[in-house]
Amino acid sequence: MIAIIDYGAGNIFSLKNALDFLELPCELVSDEKSIRSADALILPGVGAFPAAMEMLRSRGLVDVIRDEAAKKPFLGICLGMQLLFDKSYEFGECDGLGLISGEVRKMDAPGLIIPHMGWNKLEKLNDCPLLENIGMEEYVYFVHSYKAHCGDENIAAFCEYGGRVPALVYDGKTVFGAQFHPEKSGETGLKILSSFGGLIW
Amino acid sequence: MLAKRIIPCLDVRDGKVVKGVNFQGVRDVGDPVECAAEYTRQRADEIVFYDITASYEGRGVFLDVVRKTAKKVFVPLTVGGGIKTVDDIRETLRAGADKVSVNSQAVKNPRLIKEGADIFGSQCICVGIDAKKIGENKWTVYINGGRVDMGLDLIDWVHQIEQLGAGEICLNSIDADGTKEGFDIPMLKAVCDNCNIPVIASGGAGKINDFAEVFEKTGATAALAASLFHFRELTVGDVKEYCRNRGVIVR
Repeated sequence: MIAIIDYGAGNIFSLKNALDFLELPCELVSDEKSIRSADALILPGVGAFPAAMEMLRSRGLVDVIRDEAAKKPFLGICLGMQLLFDKSYEFGECDGLGLISGEVRKMDAPGLIIPHMGWNKLEKLNDCPLLENIGMEEYVYFVHSYKAHCGDENIAAFCEYGGRVPALVYDGKTVFGAQFHPEKSGETGLKILSSFGGLIW
Repeated sequence: MLAKRIIPCLDVRDGKVVKGVNFQGVRDVGDPVECAAEYTRQRADEIVFYDITASYEGRGVFLDVVRKTAKKVFVPLTVGGGIKTVDDIRETLRAGADKVSVNSQAVKNPRLIKEGADIFGSQCICVGIDAKKIGENKWTVYINGGRVDMGLDLIDWVHQIEQLGAGEICLNSIDADGTKEGFDIPMLKAVCDNCNIPVIASGGAGKINDFAEVFEKTGATAALAASLFHFRELTVGDVKEYCRNRGVIVR
């Protein structure tokens, strides 16, 4: 069972719909016990970084997420991906989960339209099990105003938007983060979610 | 590179797809869930549902359509029409919409934009604008389906919308809407040059060339059309292939 961590931040219904469509067993969970017993975890999220961290903290989920992310497939999506890093500068400095080293900063380039909203092409950089069935010309749907800054070794794929934007990050073990929304990225997104499900079944 | 988006819009009343030509002569032509799925097969980049239901009961039927669509359509779904309060936004997002589009109500109560963006995030607040030319490089904003002139300067309103935290603008030209003579290039250019958020071009698409032209001549990041796609004069796939051959980046 894939546990979708429901902590009050984000459109979890789209994600649940996509996993249901793929017939991947999933549940919305918000307690420590369910997170510990799940086979895989997804951390969704939209909105602001500090508010999301506070919601995880107030529900007592920060430590259990850190523990379990090292033991089983873990996917952060959009803001949930940004939360994987050490810290963010959205509304001042705020610590993240620290599962992948790096920082999150506002996207910035002259004339750049913000948010980065729409379909952008995935450019593969490193091997990643979630990209095994993904070709060279595949687009996924993004909507965000901040982006991760991290080492190339953690970038499975990036896209170009006012410079390089980490699109899919991977710690080489169990932790994955998608800046885009696989649940809203048509066939390509469904393939990525299906590969994530394939890590356990 | 970010691809330009092609967005079909479906007007929905009492759970059925309709399309008014110049807001008149509405006719009933299908199931919105099926239409949305068909558009996705044609590689539509997003789907817009516009609810023109007047009654309270109709609203429930409409949200049920959104719910059913969200279970089988895995591209972004935007819902507009009838959204007046933060609770309406919440209810619509909970039904499975990814974004809401607010129009008249945002003009009457601009705080709705800020409250919506603060609670749900800018990314899900699209502000729809109906505007009409009143002079050289000057347009005013209309509400209630293009019937009431608010005497509000378009560019002032665009600045205000951006300040309030909207994530996107859907700009409809009342002058171009229904003419099939192309998007309103001067108006779109003026708006794109005066804001830093994505702008969807709406109103006037009649030929395949209109889509390439709006992307070549303005900063619009998406183009929307309704009847053109609905009556199958063009498919989303046709438009994309044509744009690609003209050098416009599309998915």
